[in-house]
Amino acid sequence: MTRVLVIAEHDGSSLNPSTAKTVSCACAVENAVVSVVVFGASGIEPIAAEAAGLASVSTVILVENAANSDALAAVLAPQITALADDFDCVFGPSTTFGKDLMPRVAALLGVNQISDIMSVEAPRTFKRPVYAGNAIVTVVAPENHKIVATIRTASWPAVGGGGSASIEARTIDAELPSHTRYVGLDAGNSDRPDLQTANRVVSGGRALGSGDNFSIVYALADKLGAAVGASRAAVDAGYVANDMQVGQTGKIIAPELYVAIGISGAIQHLTGIKDAGTIVAINKDGEAPIFEVADIGLVADLFTAVPEFTDAL
Amino acid sequence: MNRIVVGLKRAVDYNVRVRVRKDGTGVETDGVKMSINPFDEIALEEALRMRERGDASEVIVVSIGSPDAQQQLRTGLAMGADRAILVTADGMPDPLDRARVFLEIVRREEPDLVILGKQAIDDDNNQTGQMLAALWGRPQATFASKIVLEGQTATVTREVDAGLETIAVDLPAVITTDLRLNEPRYVKLPDIMKAKKKPLDTVALDDLGIERSPALVQQRFESPPVRQKGIMVNDVAGLVAALKSKGLI
Ligand SMILES: Cc1cc2nc3c(=O)[nH]c(=O)nc-3n(C[C@H](O)[C@H](O)[C@H](O)COP(=O)(O)OP(=O)(O)OC[C@H]3O[C@@H](n4cnc5c(N)ncnc54)[C@H](O)[C@@H]3O)c2cc1C
Ligand SMILES: Nc1ncnc2c1ncn2[C@@H]1O[C@H](COP(=O)(O)O)[C@@H](O)[C@H]1O
Repeated sequence: MTRVLVIAEHDGSSLNPSTAKTVSCACAVENAVVSVVVFGASGIEPIAAEAAGLASVSTVILVENAANSDALAAVLAPQITALADDFDCVFGPSTTFGKDLMPRVAALLGVNQISDIMSVEAPRTFKRPVYAGNAIVTVVAPENHKIVATIRTASWPAVGGGGSASIEARTIDAELPSHTRYVGLDAGNSDRPDLQTANRVVSGGRALGSGDNFSIVYALADKLGAAVGASRAAVDAGYVANDMQVGQTGKIIAPELYVAIGISGAIQHLTGIKDAGTIVAINKDGEAPIFEVADIGLVADLFTAVPEFTDAL
Repeated sequence: MNRIVVGLKRAVDYNVRVRVRKDGTGVETDGVKMSINPFDEIALEEALRMRERGDASEVIVVSIGSPDAQQQLRTGLAMGADRAILVTADGMPDPLDRARVFLEIVRREEPDLVILGKQAIDDDNNQTGQMLAALWGRPQATFASKIVLEGQTATVTREVDAGLETIAVDLPAVITTDLRLNEPRYVKLPDIMKAKKKPLDTVALDDLGIERSPALVQQRFESPPVRQKGIMVNDVAGLVAALKSKGLI
């Protein structure tokens, strides 16, 4: 039996879809018994209930404490370390939440972290991408030590529902620091489909030329019911918000349909869309590297082709 | 504020098309261009701006790895760092060991701030800064796109999945950089000459008295599956037809 603890990610009102994906990786570990821990201030029972409904979860641990209201890594890490005594593995998602938190947990437990697990090969053997996904490395965790890892969410389907885990409220005796304080969140676009989980994504690049011109991208996305992403160049130029960056150092996504508009296809961008089902590229340069990976390519000026495409839908 | 320690990792340049070695032991590095990890250049730029504003008195750059990392440290000195520390090791130590090295440097130098990159673009680990903060028992502000210093507090804006999060941390602290924090300066030729005279101390990792962590074994490297090149369509009508035939619209 391998006891796996999954750290739930949530925003105070519902579970982030990354949690169900992390559970799915946890289930891939041989003879796994999976628990999920939900941290929050108070009133998070509905989130715990949501986690308890995930298939294959055996126990949900609910930790309510006023200090847990803002999911600060420095505050959560010592609590997870205290819980870890009862587990062989501690998994979190490769979202900014998990990337921030899990290495802090690993260090407190005295182990290295395995980042971005794409597959489980054997109980202590995993595959992960390196060099912007240009190489895949098989790593083996040392015997007799806990395994702390982040899960590359784009590699894992979410587990289904229908679970009926027990919910256990716990208080954890750990010294929590006050040296880190939450100030606030300036949330990006929340009325559109979520980029990380959307089935369809339309992204725009530097070629859009301005934030205003991005309306061309939004119009197409609306017709397709798609989320909107961007290249780093478009974010750096201030056309769109940082949370829309797709790629090695932005969001790694796996939609069924990805439409790249005026994006050259730099290796760092392609890393983010390797697992997309169908990639469509619209670019006026027939030599652009994006066409090497596109399933459907159209060499055209985006300013005429994209509105025409939108109208045709 | 007193000192800032900045990590400079020597990494394969971001423009290089990385290839896996035929024997699966790693990636081709022979004759490959090596540079400062891009996030670390951003870290150094931020530290230099703090010093130039009078918020810090000294900027120390640190690299762990092969003696060749001297090149990246010299570049860092040419950008404006005051001095450099090279910690030599056989092969690249695991991230936790690197964090332990940084902790030892922190003990010796007593900085108010350690600025690292959010991730090294070779191993894409995204661990070292968070681990150092944990071992040091100090705050971490990862993925920073803006830092405001005021007395013994840093207010940091972080690039997170949901947007921009702001936290306040007491110093000393560890900050890791994201892409939008700043645009690093270019090195000028006279600065390269001047940098040759700046101090660069070398110490062997084995002489730092650090306990090594249980090692992760990198068993085998392989190339990722390649996506096949698809079809080209001539016009929007062709695009719509192709999507229809795939059942996507
Ligand atoms: C450390 C590091 C991390 C990075 N991380 C990321 C990342 O996570 N994500 C990311 O995206 N990038 C990342 N990058 C940047 C990456 O290297 C590229 O610079 C970036 O992806 C380029 O964006 P782009 O394709 O929009 O711009 P460009 O490369 O400038 O391409 C614009 C494209 O638009 C086309 N075009 C121009 N006008 C038109 C028109 N009218 N109609 C149609 N097509 C047109 C051009 O032919 C060109 O192909 C990173 C870089 C570094 C160094
Ligand atoms: N060998 C190293 N030498 C200097 N700095 C390093 C080294 N390894 C990691 N770092 C720092 O830690 C950051 C994160 O690295 P990583 O955790 O490996 O992704 C890097 O951007 C550097 O600032």
